Amino acid sequence: MQVGIDLGSRTIKTVALKGGALLQRRVEESGFEPHRQALQMLSDHPQARVVATGYGRHLMQQHADLGIITEIKAHALGARHLFPHCRAVLDVGGQDSKVIQLSESGRIVSFQMNDKCAAGTGRFLEMMAVSLGYGLQDFGEAAAQADAATPINNMCAVFAESEVVSLKNRGVPPAEIARSVHLAVSSRLAAMVSKTCGCQHLVFTGGVAHNKTLVAMLEKSLGVPVLVPEEPSIIGALGAALHAGA
Amino acid sequence: MNDAFQVKSDPKLWEKLGMDVARFSGMPPMLTNAYQNIFLSQKNRPEKMAYFDDMVANIHTGRIQEIYDAKQGGKPVIGTFCVYVPEELVVAAGGICIGLCGGAQGSIADAEKILPRNICPMVKSAFGFKVGKICPYFQVVDLVYGETTCDAKKKTWELLDRYVPTHVMEIPQMKRERDKRLWLDEVKDFKAAVDRIAGTVTDFDAVASGIRTINAKRAALQRLNTLRHRNPSPISGKDMLLIEQIAFYDEPVRFARKVHELCDELEERVKSGAAVAPATTPRIMVSGTPMALPNWKLHHIIESSGAIVVNEESCIGTRYYKDLIDEGGTDMEQQMERLTERYMKIDCSCFTPNDDRITQVLKEYEDSGAEGVIDYCLQFCHTYNIEAVKLREACEARGIPFMAIETDYSPDDVGQLQTRVEAFIEQIRG
Repeated sequence: MQVGIDLGSRTIKTVALKGGALLQRRVEESGFEPHRQALQMLSDHPQARVVATGYGRHLMQQHADLGIITEIKAHALGARHLFPHCRAVLDVGGQDSKVIQLSESGRIVSFQMNDKCAAGTGRFLEMMAVSLGYGLQDFGEAAAQADAATPINNMCAVFAESEVVSLKNRGVPPAEIARSVHLAVSSRLAAMVSKTCGCQHLVFTGGVAHNKTLVAMLEKSLGVPVLVPEEPSIIGALGAALHAGA
Repeated sequence: MNDAFQVKSDPKLWEKLGMDVARFSGMPPMLTNAYQNIFLSQKNRPEKMAYFDDMVANIHTGRIQEIYDAKQGGKPVIGTFCVYVPEELVVAAGGICIGLCGGAQGSIADAEKILPRNICPMVKSAFGFKVGKICPYFQVVDLVYGETTCDAKKKTWELLDRYVPTHVMEIPQMKRERDKRLWLDEVKDFKAAVDRIAGTVTDFDAVASGIRTINAKRAALQRLNTLRHRNPSPISGKDMLLIEQIAFYDEPVRFARKVHELCDELEERVKSGAAVAPATTPRIMVSGTPMALPNWKLHHIIESSGAIVVNEESCIGTRYYKDLIDEGGTDMEQQMERLTERYMKIDCSCFTPNDDRITQVLKEYEDSGAEGVIDYCLQFCHTYNIEAVKLREACEARGIPFMAIETDYSPDDVGQLQTRVEAFIEQIRG
């Protein structure tokens, strides 16, 4: 039995594999003491070989006997497992976004991560949704249905929020602003992808890949198919679990 | 761990230098703590690092006292911010040349009371040290000799001049014949200014001696860097960086002797196979902008993540010591020309074009047996930041793993950088 655990900024994910087959997967809120939550989740599999990834990986090493890999390697392994020909992975989580370029054999050739700000991450989308009064689910749907968009110039979460407020006060409908926010994020992500790699298709992982509007916008601006795993938020944990068996 | 290590304090001396003693008193314990964690915790260090540990222990006291005494004895003390300012001519006039670049977060808030926030952290840190009166080196210099290698610097000198006399020499930005003539004139003006401050006229012999002294210092660093390239590494990247930093404030003759003593020990270590890391350790070369004391952020992250730094292609690194001055000049004019020729080989990104630097990075990559390049760019350093595009292309064309990072001195992106560095090491390991 091999287990991967991904301690992200918003959620903790575990994937348990047995003989290469998926046995269990879990996604829980990180909470205020992520290592306790993580240890609780790991207690489902006391005998397993464990590899941790994500922001909390070093913290976990202080509390449990396990290996660690970075999110970059974990997402590359996980994406490659589900899409064996994949050469480019975009992972957008709560706190950061990264693009990974893979060789034909699956080796990491290069990668790029956003800088320390939250621009173009799940957190950014969440803040914008809240300031427009949407839940995360409706946010994408509203954006898809709006037929116009006003450009959003600021990608800094703090400034973008005040820009959103001023758009609201100019009478711009919330759905239209939602569309603008999505377009701004997708163009930023598309730029990051094109800067790192030209590819035949892109595998999109991380919680933000649940947002279908964003996926459609990315496909349109990149001009290549964007493939989203059935449960995109567990790909890091899956990669870690695969590494535990390596 | 050496618990006896302590960065020393000397409030009386600091008082004489007009420092903010109350505030500065917190600095030595902080540095002691950082140095113990970052340097003294390393395993299997060369014994001859003891001298350099001692230079750190005396950074705010013993060395300052030496400079202060020399100054009382009439020697000029000149502060600089760039490897373009020819220290040979200061040494020729019997003076002391100190590199003043700032590498600490602590003084940035002082600077930001006056300077804009969105400029180079090194310029802000240095300026803040002076404004806050919290750098004994800044307090002990007679004057500062700045240059025009970047916009942030050249405009900051105008403001710095309000706190300490600040002269500026113009560094050309291209390397055509007419630019070299301009630079030769600037070097001659610099010599005249140094002579004026020293109250002497440095003659041919004095200049020859200054050139020999600094050549010897650079040659010692070359020898050290060559030994350091051996695999397994006989010395850590952090220790090498520290020595490259100390080169800017130590007395040059003693420094060169101590570097050679360390080299002798490293030769023995190479023979006996004593090393700081196994031969299988991923080897990373760092290129880009300088890391001024006490900026050990990136090296510490890299070496704490299981890799070793094997080269610094940087102003505080090979750019400072890769070239020597031809000592064969037979008159003063020739001396000045040869000195100028050496300085025009410095491949700072302020020049356009600057493709020599790309060639140099690739050469050092080969020489050091590195397995990947991390290009280090201080925030808002546009020239190095843009040059990273060409460097990436050159590395990728040769299959050299390359990663560019842009950062400042604040600790808030350490987690992010750690992830990127670890992922880069995973990429190298395959």
